[in-house]
Formats: sequence, C-alpha cells, structure tokens
Amino acid sequence: MNPPDYEYLRKLLKERSGLDLSADKQYLIESRLLPLARKAGLSGIPELVQKLQGGSSALITSVVEAMTTNETFFFRDKVPFDHFRDTIMQDIIKARAGRRSVRIWCAAGSTGQEPYSLAMTLKEMGAALTGWRIEIIATDLSQEVLEKAKAGVYSQFEVQRGLPIQMLMKYFKQTGETWQVNPELRAMIQHRQLNLLQDFSHLGTFDVIFCRNVLIYFDQETKINIFNRLARQIEPDGFLVLGAAETVVGLTDTFKPIADRRGLYKPNDPRAAAAAGAAAPRMAAMAGR
Amino acid sequence: MKTCLVVDDSSIVRKVARRIVEALGFHVIEAEDGVEALVHCKKAMPEAILLDWNMPVMDGFQFLGTLRRMPGGEEPKVVFCTTENGIDHITKAMGGGANEYIMKPFDKEIVLAKFQEVGLVEREEETAA
Repeated sequence: MNPPDYEYLRKLLKERSGLDLSADKQYLIESRLLPLARKAGLSGIPELVQKLQGGSSALITSVVEAMTTNETFFFRDKVPFDHFRDTIMQDIIKARAGRRSVRIWCAAGSTGQEPYSLAMTLKEMGAALTGWRIEIIATDLSQEVLEKAKAGVYSQFEVQRGLPIQMLMKYFKQTGETWQVNPELRAMIQHRQLNLLQDFSHLGTFDVIFCRNVLIYFDQETKINIFNRLARQIEPDGFLVLGAAETVVGLTDTFKPIADRRGLYKPNDPRAAAAAGAAAPRMAAMAGR
Repeated sequence: MKTCLVVDDSSIVRKVARRIVEALGFHVIEAEDGVEALVHCKKAMPEAILLDWNMPVMDGFQFLGTLRRMPGGEEPKVVFCTTENGIDHITKAMGGGANEYIMKPFDKEIVLAKFQEVGLVEREEETAA
C-alpha cells in the first residue's frame, strides 16, 4: 500500500471512530478493506481511497465499520462474568434492595455475545432477582453489527465458542443451521447505535458499565476523555469492567481498581480524585523547594 | 498427564482430533467404535472421552450408557463430537450423561472451550490470578 493512501486512511479512521492505528498496520487495512473494495466493484485500495476522497459517505461508513468490528464470543474470558455474578451482582442486590432495579451498559456490545452472556448470567441467578427491573443497554458504533445483535442469530460455529451446551439448550432455538436467542432474553436488551467519541450523557446513569476491549484502539488522550465521561454516567457505588489488557492506572483518578478482581473498577469519590490530582503537583513543588 | 480416549470410526477425524487434544497436553488413545472404547475403559478409565455418535458395532450413545453403569464409569468427562447437530440429539446425549457436546465441523478453539467448560483444561485467567 502506498504511504499517502495509508496516511489518508489512518487519519480518516482516527477522525471518524477514534481508531488509532500505528504506522505498521497496513496488513490490517488490507485484510479488512480489500474484500470491501472488491464488493464495491473497485480494483483495490488506491481506487477505494479515491472514492473516499470524493466524499462517498456510504463508503466511509462501511470502511469505518469494517475496521472497527472485532471478533467476540459468548462469555469471552469467562472470569469477568464470574465477577459479574459473584461480586458485582451480590453487591448490587444488597445496595439496591430498596428500589430493586439495575441498569447495565455494554459499551462495546458488538454482535451481541456480551450482552446476551450478561442476560443469561442474570437469568441463571433465578430467584435472587425475582421482581427486579433489569435494563441492559448494548451500544456499538456499527449499524450492521447492531442489526446482527438485535436478531440474535448465530452460526453453529459461533455458538460453540464459549457457550456451554446447557445454555445453548436453554436459551436458544435451532432454525436450520443457525441458532437464535429466545425472545425472552432478546427482550432484556436494548440495542443502540453509539460512537464513544460523541456525547453519551443521554443514556443516563448506570450501576454497571462493561467497556471491554474497545479502548485499546484509542490513543491516550481519547482514553482519558472517555474514562472521565464514563465516570459521569456511573453511580457512585457502581462498577466499571474493562478488558484484561486494559487499565485506568496512570490515566485517570476517576476510577480505582478493585483488589483481586482483575478488570473491575469502582468510581473514586470525586472529591478524593480531585484531591489526589491536586496533590501530585504540590508534592512535586515541595520536593523542588 | 491426563489421557483422552478419541472414539470415531473415521481415521481422518481421529487424526485431526489427536493432533488437537495432544496440543492441549493430553496423552491420546484411539478407538474405532463403542466396543473397542469399552475395552480401553475396562483396562484404565481415561480422564476425557471425545465421542462420535454414529459408528458401526456400538454407537456413541450406547457406549455412553454402558460406560456410566460401569464401576468408575461416572469419572470420565465425555464430550460428544458428532455431525448430529439437532437439538433432539443434544438433549438425548446430555440426558444420557454426556458432559459437553461438539457439533462437527470442529476446530482447536472449540475443543479447548469445551474442555475448559468441563474442567479438563484450566483457563489462562485462572492460572494467572
């Protein structure tokens, strides 16, 4: 791929989705965009870039979607879902015993495996949540991905990655070669299109935010900005769940890790966070004296 | 080292399965049908059994029933691995004492996920924690 084309695509993706590709991701662009170019009847990446520069907004949308769609599977990494059941929900059941409601946001809901895994986990908790109002909001940047999540139809291959057979038998209906999530589970989830770079305050506040394996694609500054805005949408005693390779440490004081629960964070008391932020320069000034 | 008995009448499937299961750290023995599999189990119970359904002489479901009634036959984790992908077969297998179920075609990722599910292979996160 010629360098100007690569630079153009990098810049476009950064502006539209926040995706921060390093200088050596040509292979990623080629593997994702070449099939897309062919499908659009174009000869290759150079012609695709030409069309994009010509301002084809439909094509820009497909390019952004193709580059930001990530592989996912049911109960991905397993442990966060155990934490969700054994730590987060146990805490919430006590803390929200009065109002008996919980709001959960899957901020990188992708093709639906994560929100459906959460819904199944909640269903499996049975009587502990009887009479509770449960809201799961799953958002993703891509409309195409959302449509798939909403339909809840998965291939035989997809339902075998991470989904225990008992769960498949209990929560899915087989139709030919595919499996569809049952209507009761589907009704637990609202799917909405959302770009994390844009304002999301309209979603309201949540008890739990799952935001796994999406921030890794953003640069430092964007991550900090998103963390700070996530902090405003989370209840003071709520939980933030990040991917295994992600952390807030060194980026923001708005969240603090929970000991022995990898990937789990709690919002810091806003005053404590402000004090911690203010204390650092003062200490430095004192040291310099 | 844990042992996995691979039961399938196709030598090609057994070869593919062997490669995958060995990569997961198992010692592999093979059987062509249910009867041959029972002979192995009488000698020594394996920790894991990857089991085809349709086989001559004795099919996987019959084998499973006989195994579970044998002394020590409740021990092995039995994972079906079959082209029978209908919910009726899955329900029957799980009711008959299977621990997990793989619908062919399968790959290493699927076998790993299912083996982790029944506790035959540890999850990376658990070992790291």
